[in-house]
Amino acid sequence: MSQAGSQSAAGIVDTVAAWLLAILWILPLLYAVWTAFHPSEYSAKFTLLAPLTLENFERAWQAAPFARYFLNTTLLVTLILCSQLVLCTLAAYAFVRYEFRGKNVLFALVLVQLMIMPDILLVENYKTMSKLGLIDTLFGIGLPYFASAFAIFLLRQTFKSIPKELVEAATMEGASSMQILWRVYVPLAKPVYVAFALVSVSYHWNNFLWPLVVTNSVNSRPLTVGLQVFASTDQGIDWSIITAATLLTAAPLLLAFLLFQRQFVQSFMRAGIK
Amino acid sequence: MNAGRQAHAYLMLLPALALLVAFTHYPAVATLVDSFMSTPKPNRPSVFVGLENYASMIDDPIFWQALRNNLWFALATIPLSVGLALAMALWVNGKMMGRGLLRMAYFTPTVLPMIAVANIWLFFYTPSYGLLEQVGGFFGLPSHNWLGDKSTALASITAVAVWKEAGFFMIFYLAALQGISPSLREAAAIEGAGRWFFFRRVLWPLLMPTTIFVLVNAVINAFRMVDHVVVMTRGGPDNATSLLLYHLYEVGFKFWDQGYAAAITVVLLGTLAAVALVQFFVLDKKAHY
Amino acid sequence: MKFHIATIGAALAVTLVAQANAQVTEVPFYFPVAVGGPITKLIDQFATDFNKDNPTIKVAPIYAGSYQDTIVKALTAHKAGTPPVASVLLSTDTFTLIDEDAIVPIDTFVKSADDKAWLGGFYKAFLQNGQIGGKTWGVPFQRSTVVLYWNKEAFKEAGLDPSKAPQTWSEMTSMSQKLTKKDAAGKVTQYGVQIPSSGFPYWLFQGLTTENDVILANDAGNQTRFDDPKVIEALQYWVDLSKKHGVHPSGVVEWGTTPKDFMEKKVAMIWTTTGNLTNIRSNAKFDFGVAMLPQGKKRGSPTGGGNFFIFKKATPAQQEAAFKFAKWLTQPERAAQWGIETGYVAVSPAAWDTPALKKYASEYPPASVARDQLQYAVAELSTHDNQRVTKALNDGLQAALTGSKTPEAAMKDAQREAERLLRSYK
Repeated sequence: MSQAGSQSAAGIVDTVAAWLLAILWILPLLYAVWTAFHPSEYSAKFTLLAPLTLENFERAWQAAPFARYFLNTTLLVTLILCSQLVLCTLAAYAFVRYEFRGKNVLFALVLVQLMIMPDILLVENYKTMSKLGLIDTLFGIGLPYFASAFAIFLLRQTFKSIPKELVEAATMEGASSMQILWRVYVPLAKPVYVAFALVSVSYHWNNFLWPLVVTNSVNSRPLTVGLQVFASTDQGIDWSIITAATLLTAAPLLLAFLLFQRQFVQSFMRAGIK
Repeated sequence: MNAGRQAHAYLMLLPALALLVAFTHYPAVATLVDSFMSTPKPNRPSVFVGLENYASMIDDPIFWQALRNNLWFALATIPLSVGLALAMALWVNGKMMGRGLLRMAYFTPTVLPMIAVANIWLFFYTPSYGLLEQVGGFFGLPSHNWLGDKSTALASITAVAVWKEAGFFMIFYLAALQGISPSLREAAAIEGAGRWFFFRRVLWPLLMPTTIFVLVNAVINAFRMVDHVVVMTRGGPDNATSLLLYHLYEVGFKFWDQGYAAAITVVLLGTLAAVALVQFFVLDKKAHY
Repeated sequence: MKFHIATIGAALAVTLVAQANAQVTEVPFYFPVAVGGPITKLIDQFATDFNKDNPTIKVAPIYAGSYQDTIVKALTAHKAGTPPVASVLLSTDTFTLIDEDAIVPIDTFVKSADDKAWLGGFYKAFLQNGQIGGKTWGVPFQRSTVVLYWNKEAFKEAGLDPSKAPQTWSEMTSMSQKLTKKDAAGKVTQYGVQIPSSGFPYWLFQGLTTENDVILANDAGNQTRFDDPKVIEALQYWVDLSKKHGVHPSGVVEWGTTPKDFMEKKVAMIWTTTGNLTNIRSNAKFDFGVAMLPQGKKRGSPTGGGNFFIFKKATPAQQEAAFKFAKWLTQPERAAQWGIETGYVAVSPAAWDTPALKKYASEYPPASVARDQLQYAVAELSTHDNQRVTKALNDGLQAALTGSKTPEAAMKDAQREAERLLRSYK
């Protein structure tokens, strides 16, 4: 009896702690919603009767070319994700299905990027980009990330776990190496692809320092850099506009997560990311 | 194995490897070379200067401060974000009321751009009328200038980083927990094992690979997260929140001192390489994949 | 027949357009958006109007972020070999731009008597920062000074005359003491005065040092005087406002939140740029005033803001086009319009003589405070290796304000660091 009592007491403590933490975690979002939908004099006052308004969104939308930024970011994450999927699938497949000289050394070279992300090498990479004439282009922002060691590593792990019998069956049917990749490996690795896509998209949607360095103009600037330019504090901070802009910026990812959170978690689960 | 197959394999590897070499290996080596060269100026081309850049690094109090800050930042963010992530995952994985909402709440920081939420956190920390102040004032706490005081600025920045990261790591723990058979818990319950005992003896070892994966990511992030510093403090007050990558950004893109920036980059690379080696030789042996 | 004419017309138009295209000189123009939305619209409007007046030139404004972001962009692009043709940058970066061999003197293009009259027409205080070694390197454009904003309601509540701002340092202290309000628990609910100290504290500090009759650096930009007793004294005054008198928030005060602090009535007086006038005017829910900074030994304020620079790596045709644009932008009517819509100080006496600005100034007297202060203004701190030298001073100021160093130790350290950095420029 006392055992059960202490257990449920622990359960209550747990529940309270979990909810407190959740409130703390969601607080910035709540604040953003509050401030974005109220006139600016309420950005630091929280009264129930404050009038609602959409004016902040209107002002934010007009104050910066957000439509262009959205387009840039969307193109950028799509470009990066597609290149990553194609290039890393091929590389991982080569590591799993082929024997060749220097395989272990090459794989070790790939793993180096797990530790040394391109972010840290921004000075040298900037020089390279300017030699290639890719400064201030979407291609230039994305290029250093096209090959992802993380993706190669993940896919290699997944491909390795695919049962030999399936591959042998396909070979018996006369499928070529590429056909086997396409018909056997890729479909079976789908959860891993989804999980990786989530990581990649949320990372590049929110990446800041490298795009800040390589972009100069509205033509290539992604949302994050646009937001920073827009929120620069030389003139004082206007939280109403900033929160409205923040919500605009984060809305696609936030909505996607709300709609697909079950699938996301399940993808991670099945991907068995370790 | 025949030569054709080998060629085929190299061909498939080529694009990815070429890009990796161009943007990871080559710049890493070029940085090392540059760190022994002087910064080119209009009338003074770059020349070999040996260890001069490293010498000025040792003389640079801001570098030491940034390094110290970064170590504290790492020491605080890593255990806190990983510990909280585990707690979150355990809660959300249980039969708790409204766990869908909880999961969403924990995960939102991951999808919000740091550059934007940093501005919101700036409001939370603002003295006199910021959120912390309003909540603190309600409980009769004294006013405090969180970001403007050298003793609390770094901690304030750290809290933002933990907030940003924990939910992301939670996903990995959650995935791992869902892979653990519920019958284990039932068996433990029958044997009368307490919750703590079950966690320490059963769950923790099973979660070890995930913990290591998350830890390594947390370490890398501790040296990579600077967006919030750019927005909230620009390294101030008096360099109290300057982190290595931020200092590197300043030296490289504000002072245009390439030689010195290269030397700092080498230190960062060295730190990360050390982490990698520790992971390979120490942690990998403890974790059974 | 009709059809024929239309075809010929179309063909003709195509040819004309093609010809025009062949001769168009592109002028990418970096501009720091320091003031938010409306500014970009105004600049776009200026560029469009200019391009219409000059069909052979195409000025393309590029909004690059804060001043800091913009100089980083411009110089990085210069190093990469693809700089903009023109840019508005902080006047303090002139030395750096010259050292990097990035810009050409404006004098190169000043040929006619009209050009000379134009260059002579600016306020001297604004030209100072751009003139080095007998040459003029930057055209004043988006310029400001530091001014004091005060909340008239708060003054009334504190029993002070709401129409009078503090005239001297001691008056500012004593008024602040009356304006500082505490609740029952002894917590300050309204501070007397606030001088922001995040980001670029040196600029506001320069108000204090100028008033204390000391200039922070020499004209050649290779010698600083951070450890001058008068500099230390000025810093002591700033530190004492919070430490000794408790009328100023403690620690480092965020620049970005300062206007909001003022509008939220958390502080009765603030020091900030004239460029904030429009923002505060449209958002403050109370009557407020704008005044010159109070005097110490004398009056004073640094000038601030941006100059228009022309880059060296551009083609001669582009440079000429940029010069034309600079001249066009600073014509009295346009300078007046710029001042009215942004709150920045119109850059020439002629602009203040335009009917539009005269009318505005008489209807809204605070707008002319910054101009009246110009006679006491000095050039903003600018040296070789400016970013680093300024950072040394900023770090010292923040160390003193957060109490980790005494003003004297902080300024001595800053001076030592500056000496080290400037050694090679002597």
